[in-house]
Amino acid sequence: MAEMDTSSGGGHKKGPGVKKGKKLSTRIDLTPMVDLGFLLITFFMFTTTLAKPKTMEINMPYKDENLKDEEKNKLKASVAMTVLLSKNHRVYYYEGIGDNPDVAPDLKVTSFKAKDGIRDAIIKKKKLVAGLKASGQLGPKDEMTVLIKPDTTSTYSDLVNMLDEMNINDVKVYAIIDISDIEQGFIKETEAASGAQ
Amino acid sequence: MPKAKLPRKSTNIDMTAMCDVAFLLLTFFMLATKFKPEEPVVVKTPSSISEIPLPDVDIMLLTVDTKGRIFFSIDNKLKRKALIEDVNSERNLNLTEAQMTNFAIGGSIGVPFSQLGSYLNMSSDQQAAIGKDAPGVPVDTSVLSPNNELATWVKSARINNPKLRICIKADGDAAYPFVKKIISTLEGYKIFKFNLITNMKAVPAGTAAYEEKQKVAAAE
Repeated sequence: MAEMDTSSGGGHKKGPGVKKGKKLSTRIDLTPMVDLGFLLITFFMFTTTLAKPKTMEINMPYKDENLKDEEKNKLKASVAMTVLLSKNHRVYYYEGIGDNPDVAPDLKVTSFKAKDGIRDAIIKKKKLVAGLKASGQLGPKDEMTVLIKPDTTSTYSDLVNMLDEMNINDVKVYAIIDISDIEQGFIKETEAASGAQ
Repeated sequence: MPKAKLPRKSTNIDMTAMCDVAFLLLTFFMLATKFKPEEPVVVKTPSSISEIPLPDVDIMLLTVDTKGRIFFSIDNKLKRKALIEDVNSERNLNLTEAQMTNFAIGGSIGVPFSQLGSYLNMSSDQQAAIGKDAPGVPVDTSVLSPNNELATWVKSARINNPKLRICIKADGDAAYPFVKKIISTLEGYKIFKFNLITNMKAVPAGTAAYEEKQKVAAAE
């Protein structure tokens, strides 16, 4: 098919001196064109992006210095779960909002791994809140709330992972809050107790 | 025993089909992809299950690298000129017309105001070369702080284009306090809604989001 024009070499030979109008083949060698095509493909593959970047929308809670204390929504401890993000992608969590500095909350340590990670803890808490709602101990408007408190040693990916867990587990109400010194202390105590670095 | 004679085949193969495939792929790549935007630094974004695509227009991109350096850019070339004029008069930078034009056609900014003039004197190649060592736009926890230069950029950009969506593209390994500073700056301007740029990841099976997705798929 796409071969070189070899008609002059082979074929039937006429006698010497007999000139015949050379019949040119309509087939052309497409190899260089293929080369060019693949070169351009390679170029486009390296310089362009196929997938458009995805974004995650985030709504921070409304914050105003002039907001009076009584105007703020009070959060019930029974619907709340506080998640502390710490170094080495470690996650600490406890039930409630930890507003009592005298009673240390039952701090549990976990990670973002798929099994027995923070996801299971969230699902468990969600079921608990749903149960309380069904039994009438919580009003219909009460929603499970997760308070995310990243400490200074956590990374941005921890935050995104945690927000992602909110989407994965369909937690409607969550907020990113500054970590308090008390909670920093909780983390230190737990680390000291477990001997972690 | 007579030897089986294998017919000698020509080594020339028909390239037409291959050529067709090559150009088909080429057409696909040309139509389906977009040129990579110029990036000041390499940023490895964390992944999430979110599927909201990045809007095409009116975005303000704040890139944060692992060391916490911030690069500021807006995509709308028409608004860039007005933006730099605003910033110039607000911060008394005494930029020349040529420097401002250079900003309008340029990319992202990752230098403090004190170096902005000399940065804008450079050609785009030189700017890209120092991009790796650029100190980043200074930021502070309060919008009112005079050191919070990002606040000035954000404010001027939003005055020029109120529709602007703010996207934060931070490296997964960037420490949280760096991102925290940006968020507090935005909160200082009462911006509570913004986007974080992430990679895609599959929704884990057996979770609430997974079931939701199955339901949507079944409804279609």
